[in-house]
Amino acid sequence: MATATDANLTEAQRRGALAHPDVELHSEVNRDILKMLSAPGKGWWFLFSLAVLGVGLLFGSWGWQVYRGIGVSGLTSPVGWGAYITTFVFWVGIAHSGTLISAILFLFRAPWRQSIYRMAEAMTVFGVMTAGLFPLIHVGRVWHAYWLIPYPNARYLWPNFRSPLVWDVFAVTTYFTVSSVFFYLGMVPDMAAARDQAKGIRRKLYSVIALGWRGTDRQWHHFGKAYLFLAALATPLVLSVHSVVSWDFAMSIVPGWHATVFAPYFVAGAIFSGVAMVITLAVPIRKVFGLEAYLTTKHFDAMAKLVMLTSMIVFYAYLTEFFMAWYSGEPPEKQMFWNRLFGHYWWATWIMLICNGMVPMMLWFKRIRHSIPALFAITIFINIGMWFERYVIIVTSLSHEYAPFAWGVYRPSLTEMGIVIGSFGWFSFWFLLFIRLLPPVAIAELKEVIPPMMRRKSGGHDGGDAVPATAPAGD
Amino acid sequence: MSQSSGILASFDYLDSTADAVKELKAAGFDEVTTYASYPEHHLEDALGYGESPVRVWTLVGALTGTAGGFAFTAWSSMDWPLVVGGKPILSMPAYVVIAFEMTILFGALSTVLGMFINSRLPNVTPAVVYDPEFSSGRYGVFVPASGTDLDRAREILGKHDPAETREGAHA
Repeated sequence: MATATDANLTEAQRRGALAHPDVELHSEVNRDILKMLSAPGKGWWFLFSLAVLGVGLLFGSWGWQVYRGIGVSGLTSPVGWGAYITTFVFWVGIAHSGTLISAILFLFRAPWRQSIYRMAEAMTVFGVMTAGLFPLIHVGRVWHAYWLIPYPNARYLWPNFRSPLVWDVFAVTTYFTVSSVFFYLGMVPDMAAARDQAKGIRRKLYSVIALGWRGTDRQWHHFGKAYLFLAALATPLVLSVHSVVSWDFAMSIVPGWHATVFAPYFVAGAIFSGVAMVITLAVPIRKVFGLEAYLTTKHFDAMAKLVMLTSMIVFYAYLTEFFMAWYSGEPPEKQMFWNRLFGHYWWATWIMLICNGMVPMMLWFKRIRHSIPALFAITIFINIGMWFERYVIIVTSLSHEYAPFAWGVYRPSLTEMGIVIGSFGWFSFWFLLFIRLLPPVAIAELKEVIPPMMRRKSGGHDGGDAVPATAPAGD
Repeated sequence: MSQSSGILASFDYLDSTADAVKELKAAGFDEVTTYASYPEHHLEDALGYGESPVRVWTLVGALTGTAGGFAFTAWSSMDWPLVVGGKPILSMPAYVVIAFEMTILFGALSTVLGMFINSRLPNVTPAVVYDPEFSSGRYGVFVPASGTDLDRAREILGKHDPAETREGAHA
């Protein structure tokens, strides 16, 4: 909308107001982003080999567990949920920021989401794919996992729909389906761009994925509406999924779990960890592919502020939990929270408090928000802290329930550690394939925030039909 | 838009494209198709679009999901009435979660289906009226026309300084 005032601004001011000051032409976007789909370099192959090793570790450890039985994990009475469920919640949480950035910030018209959202969405899809493995690993006899799905079996015995664990199956599968569809639909116009530039086998492949997209007015018209409605549906979905995950805990009467704050607390934590993970992944991609013009400090600054906000919400939720434990006057509840700070797992609790509540407070300083290495380091702390948050919630509560004779200590076994570490390899495997085969930055949406080429430079000379220099973001 | 006989012009500038479309519409060409590499609302405005019927698909899909979610949970509870945890056989508050997830799932899938049907996707026939530049930076305008109409269309498009024009049976 800057047309009328453009004349009063200096060139530097005008460019400073743009989302991508160093990108001028729409065709430049195609060139820069599609360049990333060319043959991979040594660095990529190195990381990919590491990821394949991780996948091997994951399936090797899992295979061992299937062969020997669930006893090879450290899971036993009283702690029946351990590293697997911790990692499940961790990856579902990581998955959340993708939909936050692609759907919620789309509805809010946040001007900085365009260059980051495709990566965040891919992270969502792969995050749910990783999380989805853990219930299967956790059930032990994985060949019976299909019992979770409501189908007309021999005795017409249906799942117990009052159980939060069944809600979770519905929530996570719906989330996976909808986020995959959203991811794919957003990519169709970009696949057409890739198709028009590619040759040989890649051209054939992209032609199929692009479904014959031509970019006609009719296609864009319905696409825009469909995208808007999908965003509107994905927004309550993303808030519901982690709420349902939190009810896996909160619907029980275990001390430390039975709290009404759990749903918003988990949602805030999920967004917090997810945005942190987006930064962790975006920093190396920006560096390797030279995307400085597309991922500017402005984008990192906006994400860092979101991290800071959600960090404060999460820390507030921690304090609320401690306060409510004291205020309730319930001895088991009070002892639980005393135990978290000073009991057997004190170190995990303090890792959680320091990484999630204190380290992100450095982001109050603009210099730190604008320093890419500092952001990278801080978000690594957050990733670690958020894994430990779930570990603290799950393990400290189960190890120390009501009856003193049933107290115990849980220690993850080597098999469990192998599976947890391997899950990072599995996630990276898909993510690395993604950045090489599909455009990791949304080409079409970026063009919406780059002023289009105009014959009439400043507009406004011939009355009302002049097109504004800055097209409105989004729909 | 099965007709592929007409004139296809590519433009470098958005305002020229929008002006050309408006002039073509004013001259009575109703079947103008534009091409762009991103959603360009000025072209949609120039063509004068109404509400997309995709919203009906979303609504019907979402309501089907809600109804289906409640119906399925309630029916399966009645089908094998088993008291769990002292709760009523029909524990409707608990089924809200399932019905909600089904609302979103069916709403989203039906939105995509509606979008595919309305925008004629997937379309595997080779594009005759197309230029690979349209997915990069250029804007396109296609007018199906022949005879004197074609001359008029050519004249209107020519006034707005297209970067390139093609015409014929396979423009």
